Amino acid sequence: MRHLLLSLLMLLAAPACAQDLAQVLDANRAQIEQPSRQTIAPVIEALAAAGPQAGAVLEAWADRRLGLADGRFVIVQGDEAVDAVTGAAVRGEVRVLRPNSGVRGIIGAALVQFQLSDPDPSRRAAALDAIARRSDETHLAALRAAGNDPDPALAVRKARLERLLTIRFDPDPQARVDAIEAFSGDTGADLQAVLNPLLATTRIAAPTIPGQANVAAELIPGDDIPQDEAYRLLVEAGLAPARLAPDAQKQALSAHIVEGTVGGVPVAELSDPARRDTAYDALAEVGLVPPAATAAEAEAALSGHRFADIYAEPNAQITDAARRALNAMALRQGAQQTADLALDALSLASIYFLAAIGLAITFGVMGVINMAHGEFIMMGAYTGYVVQTLIAGRTLSLIVALPAAFIVTFLAGVVLYRLVIRHLVKRPLETLLATFGLSIALQQIAKNIFGTQARPLTAPAWLEGSVGFGEIVSISTIRVAIFVLALMFLGLFLWIMNRTRLGLEVRAVTQNPGMAASMGINPDRIAMLTFGLGSGIAGIAGVAIGLFAKVTSELGSDYIVQSFMTVVVGGVGNIWGTLAGAALIGGLQKGIEVINPANTLAAQTWMILLIIIFIQFRPRGIMPTRGRAAEA
Amino acid sequence: MLIRKHPSVLVFLALLAVFTLAVTLMSEAYGSGVVPTSTVKTLGKTLCLALAAVAMDLVWGYAGILSLGHMAFFALGGYMIGMWLMYARTGEIVAATLASSPVPPTAEELRQGITGQIFGVVGSTDLPLTWSIAGSLPMQLLLVLAVPGLLAFLFGWLAFRSRVNGVYLSILTQAMTLALSLWLFQNDNGFRGNNGLSGLQNIPGLSHVPQSVISIWFLWASALLLAGGYLLATWLTAGKFGSVIRAIRDDETRVRFLGYPVEGYKLTVFTISAMICAAAGALYYPQAGIINPAELAPIASVYLAVWVAIGGRGRLYGAVIGAVVVSLLSSWFTGGRAPALDLGFYRIDWVNWWQVLLGLGFVAVTLFAPRGLSSLVDALAGLRPPRRRGADLGPDAGALREKEAEA
Repeated sequence: MRHLLLSLLMLLAAPACAQDLAQVLDANRAQIEQPSRQTIAPVIEALAAAGPQAGAVLEAWADRRLGLADGRFVIVQGDEAVDAVTGAAVRGEVRVLRPNSGVRGIIGAALVQFQLSDPDPSRRAAALDAIARRSDETHLAALRAAGNDPDPALAVRKARLERLLTIRFDPDPQARVDAIEAFSGDTGADLQAVLNPLLATTRIAAPTIPGQANVAAELIPGDDIPQDEAYRLLVEAGLAPARLAPDAQKQALSAHIVEGTVGGVPVAELSDPARRDTAYDALAEVGLVPPAATAAEAEAALSGHRFADIYAEPNAQITDAARRALNAMALRQGAQQTADLALDALSLASIYFLAAIGLAITFGVMGVINMAHGEFIMMGAYTGYVVQTLIAGRTLSLIVALPAAFIVTFLAGVVLYRLVIRHLVKRPLETLLATFGLSIALQQIAKNIFGTQARPLTAPAWLEGSVGFGEIVSISTIRVAIFVLALMFLGLFLWIMNRTRLGLEVRAVTQNPGMAASMGINPDRIAMLTFGLGSGIAGIAGVAIGLFAKVTSELGSDYIVQSFMTVVVGGVGNIWGTLAGAALIGGLQKGIEVINPANTLAAQTWMILLIIIFIQFRPRGIMPTRGRAAEA
Repeated sequence: MLIRKHPSVLVFLALLAVFTLAVTLMSEAYGSGVVPTSTVKTLGKTLCLALAAVAMDLVWGYAGILSLGHMAFFALGGYMIGMWLMYARTGEIVAATLASSPVPPTAEELRQGITGQIFGVVGSTDLPLTWSIAGSLPMQLLLVLAVPGLLAFLFGWLAFRSRVNGVYLSILTQAMTLALSLWLFQNDNGFRGNNGLSGLQNIPGLSHVPQSVISIWFLWASALLLAGGYLLATWLTAGKFGSVIRAIRDDETRVRFLGYPVEGYKLTVFTISAMICAAAGALYYPQAGIINPAELAPIASVYLAVWVAIGGRGRLYGAVIGAVVVSLLSSWFTGGRAPALDLGFYRIDWVNWWQVLLGLGFVAVTLFAPRGLSSLVDALAGLRPPRRRGADLGPDAGALREKEAEA
């Protein structure tokens, strides 16, 4: 209401103000023509108080558009010039004033209050932006004076900015504390930027800690800060003499070697630090070198002084409130990061699930670990790449690539089974090694065909970008798609296993191959089909992985150990075991990464160690096969 | 006694002695100089690899434990000796630098100098705790056996106790070596990250001896160690212990029911084999000159298994033949010395195709010649497996390995 009245008054008083403006301009003509940063502030204040029109003058001045023509101040607008006070067009030679940047900064600050009540919302927003970037206590007054903004969004921003500036600049400590507490629950970066400087500390050393100081923490040398560091503080504060550095001592000693001895100590004995001290003391006694603080003196100096971190902000209430607010903020951020992490872990788990599911099937049915599984993944990724070079449309090529990868790797799996694996039946270790030999060969063949450089497998545009929830939680669309793909395969697999003839036969062979054979099921054919199916899923996983990782010949081996872990941890009893294994491995890896975010290597190390320990308690995985089949 | 029971040992030792003598007489240092120093080093390294293969054969060929992490022990042995080599050698250099100053250096200055030289590359100024006894050769030699032995003991104890075997065990050993290599890759764990340890060919105190002489000394040491390891392995497998571990390989459950402490036997053979591997590694890496965590990559251990399989597992000389033949062939092919094969439409460059040949050849050996190259020796000696016409060896179908049954 008060503001409204004020603006009404201003409207009524416009002519009077114009008069004021002219007077102010005239009175300070010399200063305005040749402004100096030190003395111009009162002039600008006077101008700013001279009514709404002064805004235009100040703005023109700051933009180097204010000039003088025939002794009158004019504002240059493009090719024309108007009188600064009356607004009438002016003809004639205009001499433009060129204030330096320091002066323009002061003018800019004064301008803010005009911009804040500018009729154009975009200019008001720009003013708020400018204040948010760089603010001082005059802005707080300006913000408060500007009153409510008609635009609701701007009004909210303005109110928030006013609160933030209150925390920083309000003279009343209670108002600042209130403002901090009003922000409880907020995690904005701007709030952090305001609160963090409040908790800035400086480390001091003094005989006694000054009574009025706002102490963050008192430091005990040796416990909270290293003794050397504490002594360095003392030296810097001029409270203790510098200690003799070993290098300086060595130099001093070597400068005073006389006939093979230093201060009576033979040079050969100087490899002993104690003898060096003796020699130096001897030199110091005869005045050849400055005396050094001894260890005992240093000890005494340390115990005679106190060390503390002191807040730059003198008011303890405010620092306490700021710390509380920051702690609460950290807690909330932690919660959001946990959510983000859970999403990450989920997407990693779905990748492992896709990569491991084929491995688990073959292991479950035949007790065979296919070491070339990683190379099937790679084969699928390269199939996707080849399809993409043949078909231009990315979406179409992806739609073609998925079944193509399945077919290629299915056939490769069937060929591998017919040529190698069926001849090694009941010899799991030999199978392991034979498939390993194949994986060496396949990797090298891929390298020979496609080269060692990474091949791109580009995702369609609708898979780029990310899905976000809130400020911190976000996940890339490709990973969501992989999650969906993993779910689809879970569903497909369950359907095949529980609803089809093939699934029935696979389950029968898994449980008891001999009995299944006597019931008319051909175990050889079933094994071949499951091997092909497992390989085919690996191919599809390869396309999925290739979408976010580069396709190289080593693509498979990057995922193979994790896939093995998934199978080993999950157990081969059923698909849920694989799912649980993948969730555990993915969650574990991400979880350990949080504890030590900079070091993913360490995360993998610890994960593998944890798995080795886990195997101690569940040697056959989370969901083991039970019954007679377990021994096979 | 041992030799009467196993005449092949005598043949092996004689061949090894003749080989060593021949190389010495053709070397640059002590003979005609036909064999260059680099080749002497390659041969010395090959002998060390052969010993690692013997150790692998002990666990896999005899005890049936397919360890895919044995190169971890090999490399750990190399790391332990490498620590001393690097520390002592850097110590010499630092001492020489500090000697130019008129005042003799203190022990602390010396240590700081060494630390700066060794760990400056990973941005560290403190000597890691693991290096605190690196200056002492006897202690590090002890660690060469103790660290891998302890690791193998702990790992084996955990794994065998919970009856992890077969494929699961292989995957776990692979995970172990992967974990170890990832751990060593980290800069802040005190083993210089991916820089590894380098300059190991410079033996402290022997800087006046040329490399051509040192390489021959290492060849002798490698041959001696191989002979010793071979004898130890023969002795282990010849007696009752050997019978029990072979029985465990063929039917673990039956051996357990007969009252033998299966876990104890497996643990013993696993640990001994790890220590043999480590000793081989401790001689290998001074000849190689450099060691880094990539040496522990799972693939290296699988190659070890490949050598043993190609040579013929279940026979110690088979492992040696496999390691020597495959690693020498491998360095011949990948060294670019093998002539390229021109098929008219495609030119097979062996540098690129050797791994394909190795991989497929390995599959073929597994399928068609489970006894590997040592079946050639059998053919020469007129040995043939008994014709059992597919008869089962026991109630467990997994024991259907008649071709290995008489080994």
